[in-house]
Amino acid sequence: MFEKMVKLSRVKSPWVCHFNSGSCNGCDIEIIAALMPRFDAERFGVLLKGSPRHADVLLCTGPVTGQMKERLIKIYEQMPEPKFVVAFGECACTGAVYTGAYNVEGGIDKVIPVNAYVPGCPPKPEAILDGVVKLLTAFKESE
Amino acid sequence: MARVTIPIGPQHPALKEPERFMVTVEGETIVDADVRIGHIHRGLEKLFEQRTYLQNIHITERICGICSFTHSTNFCQATEYILGVEPPRRGLYLRTLMNEFERIHSHLLWLGVAGHEMGFDTLLMWSWDDRERILDLFEDITGNRVTHAFNTIGGVRRDITDAQIQRILHTMDIMEERTKAYIQVGLNEQTILKRTQGVGILTTADAKRLCAVGPRLRASNVKYDVRKNDPYAAYGELPFEVITSDTLDVHGQLVVRALELLECVKMCRYMVQNLPAGEIRVKVPRKVPPGEAISRTEAPRGEDIHYLRSNGTDKPERLKVRAPTLANILNVAHTLKGANIADIPLIVAGIDPCMGCMDRVLILDRDKESCKVMSAEQLREYSIEWYRKEAYR
Repeated sequence: MFEKMVKLSRVKSPWVCHFNSGSCNGCDIEIIAALMPRFDAERFGVLLKGSPRHADVLLCTGPVTGQMKERLIKIYEQMPEPKFVVAFGECACTGAVYTGAYNVEGGIDKVIPVNAYVPGCPPKPEAILDGVVKLLTAFKESE
Repeated sequence: MARVTIPIGPQHPALKEPERFMVTVEGETIVDADVRIGHIHRGLEKLFEQRTYLQNIHITERICGICSFTHSTNFCQATEYILGVEPPRRGLYLRTLMNEFERIHSHLLWLGVAGHEMGFDTLLMWSWDDRERILDLFEDITGNRVTHAFNTIGGVRRDITDAQIQRILHTMDIMEERTKAYIQVGLNEQTILKRTQGVGILTTADAKRLCAVGPRLRASNVKYDVRKNDPYAAYGELPFEVITSDTLDVHGQLVVRALELLECVKMCRYMVQNLPAGEIRVKVPRKVPPGEAISRTEAPRGEDIHYLRSNGTDKPERLKVRAPTLANILNVAHTLKGANIADIPLIVAGIDPCMGCMDRVLILDRDKESCKVMSAEQLREYSIEWYRKEAYR
């Protein structure tokens, strides 16, 4: 009963922590644009939190650079269970145009497990809403 | 009073991008500040050498997602200098037009972020909502909101139609009206005045000594703008003023940016009304003869420099990028000294930092007054252990 309630509240209001692990900022501004009046992700209960300890979803942008690799793992470990990771943008998915650069490890999934991928360079704010809704639907249907 | 060193970042609620500040404080006053950069260093300059010129246009655009167009303009200009080609006038006008759109969207973005940092979220919502209008124009003209793929060596890739010109003029009317409202807010609203006046003062002498660029430099009362001092693209033919402020603080930067918005609107209107007819690009060879060139542009954040050396193949031998935030981060470390802890986000946001442009560990554990260096792995285990104990307390 209690667990059901927790799950319901998680689906109704996912708290998101945004982490830039080497992005060019293009995806980051689109994430903030998704929270602004035009798209207004908050009407779905999505709330951007500063601390990973408060977050249910880690929204990662950019490829993983050598310096940020350890920090990404650290941030991931700080999140409470159950945790979800969304790779936002083409470089977070695969490394995209930065593939081959000496300080780029590749996509987010090279370092931590990823639950959902939102491709695009950068994805439009509609895409981020779609990604979050799909992730939550999958979580709702899982046992 | 005991001195305490506080590490801020790289992931911190007050910072939007990974950067790290080691701030030494006495009570609430900052006595020393140190900046650590390079968290999102991707090794792009090496990557440029492995890609062809055409591919590099796309990579330079992804140096930074906010000033994407300036970087690609800079790269194309440097290549054009070496090739010795001059894009047609219509191409130059369209390039300049997009540069000014980018400045409008970037300044509105800054206004919102500054509003957010001073706890005035209404301003954030307003200015980001108006910013969407410019992004709509970008999407209309180039097909994408953030990275445009509009520039190419020898001109631009798409032409604009009369219907698009009408839409641009309509948006500019709205922008002018909104900008005037923002200027009224910026000059009269008590929340902004109380929070920004006298904060983050950088004197004219210090600004020159520390090589500040862009709105930060102009807010320190130095009349310098690459668009005016070394005109590129179509800027030589456009009517506009260089805005300066003599208040030297964050409020001065706000005023400079808000008044620059009006100048941008004026320029955009002039450009679409006086758009020359003709071709938009010239064909250029894929291989670039040996040579070197420096290209300068005024990015929304300040002067952006690209140095290009070619060796006769279709790949550049060296491309060096000096982004404006790298020049400005020095004066942030300087202005932070003597400031209040609560003003850190505002001072840092003041220069409109863009780490994606600039970057291309030290973990400290404070034990009374001594600092001990731990590796990240050790500290991570330490923190997990510490919080595990915390749960049972």
